[in-house]
Amino acid sequence: MARKEDHIISLGVISKILIPFIQLYSYYVLAHGDLGPGGGFQGGVILGSSIILYVLAFGEEEGRKLVSQKFNDIFSSVGVLVYAGVGILCLIAGGAYLEYSKFPLDHHLAHHLGMYGVEIGVQITVSAVMTTLFFETARKDDETFESKKKKKMEPSNLKSS
Amino acid sequence: MIEIIDVFLLFFIVVCSVAAIFLKDLLSAIIILAAFSFLMAVEWTVLNAVDVAFTEAAVGAGITSVLLIATLSRTKRYEEQVNVPKEFAPVVHKGISTKIMPIVVVVITGAVLLYGTIDMPAFEDPNAPINKHVAPTYIHDADHEAGSINIVTAILANYRGYDTLGETTVIFAAGICVVVLLRREKWPEKKIT
Repeated sequence: MARKEDHIISLGVISKILIPFIQLYSYYVLAHGDLGPGGGFQGGVILGSSIILYVLAFGEEEGRKLVSQKFNDIFSSVGVLVYAGVGILCLIAGGAYLEYSKFPLDHHLAHHLGMYGVEIGVQITVSAVMTTLFFETARKDDETFESKKKKKMEPSNLKSS
Repeated sequence: MIEIIDVFLLFFIVVCSVAAIFLKDLLSAIIILAAFSFLMAVEWTVLNAVDVAFTEAAVGAGITSVLLIATLSRTKRYEEQVNVPKEFAPVVHKGISTKIMPIVVVVITGAVLLYGTIDMPAFEDPNAPINKHVAPTYIHDADHEAGSINIVTAILANYRGYDTLGETTVIFAAGICVVVLLRREKWPEKKIT
């Protein structure tokens, strides 16, 4: 991951130009899921990858300022709850779980809105989980393979464990 | 003309997969896997499966390679022979059976699979069982029943809503697993009395 000392200006400028377009495209993919290819999953992956691009360009600290750990954790569960919540709304409206046609709306519109709600839930979860995966798997700047090995071998560490 | 493109695509897919297996430089192997995923995405587009192609391009070529490189940053770039003490070294059998047996198994499995394809209906056959069962219903009813022109989205979000809910929960569970396994929390220091 990019550290502060090896920050490259062109990388930062280009990614700052590109990121808004990538995020806009992810919402386009989400909104046009019922017309063309795409949907919540693909839109979520694209949204997550835009945040990953930001972290790659500016380093983990800056990325954590943009999306904090708490924010990520909350939103990865919010998506599933939105999905399940649409199902519960269907139950309240008097239908079966995820039976959109029971909404008190026009049949076509009810299905449309139900599917949008579901897709938005998928997108939130997928984007939050993808960024979480990247944040957690990438090496932290203070630990390298060698330094970790050394730490384990130090006698003071062995004693305390 | 389209056959030539197909042959080229399949050829490069095979080349990429073989190269990814034999490379000792893991970073190059990851890049080649990304190229493999991209070629697969093109192949899906040729087969008219645009939704799968989109997912393959976004997940296979995009996110997966980034995550693999992130994983690589925790280990080392090159495959190398690690010096292990003799008692822990893996046992290598140097017999003719270890050289011949894998080939025999692979050849037999391949032959069985090829034999299985004889019974399959021809490609793009409208009378194949898969085109006779539920597909006509979906094609006919998806637009006015589910309110979506894209049949794939209609199936995912409407007809098979439960499955997609389970799928989303699986992704959520995967994120939780990674957090549980890899996150290092700084616990407040407590004195044990």
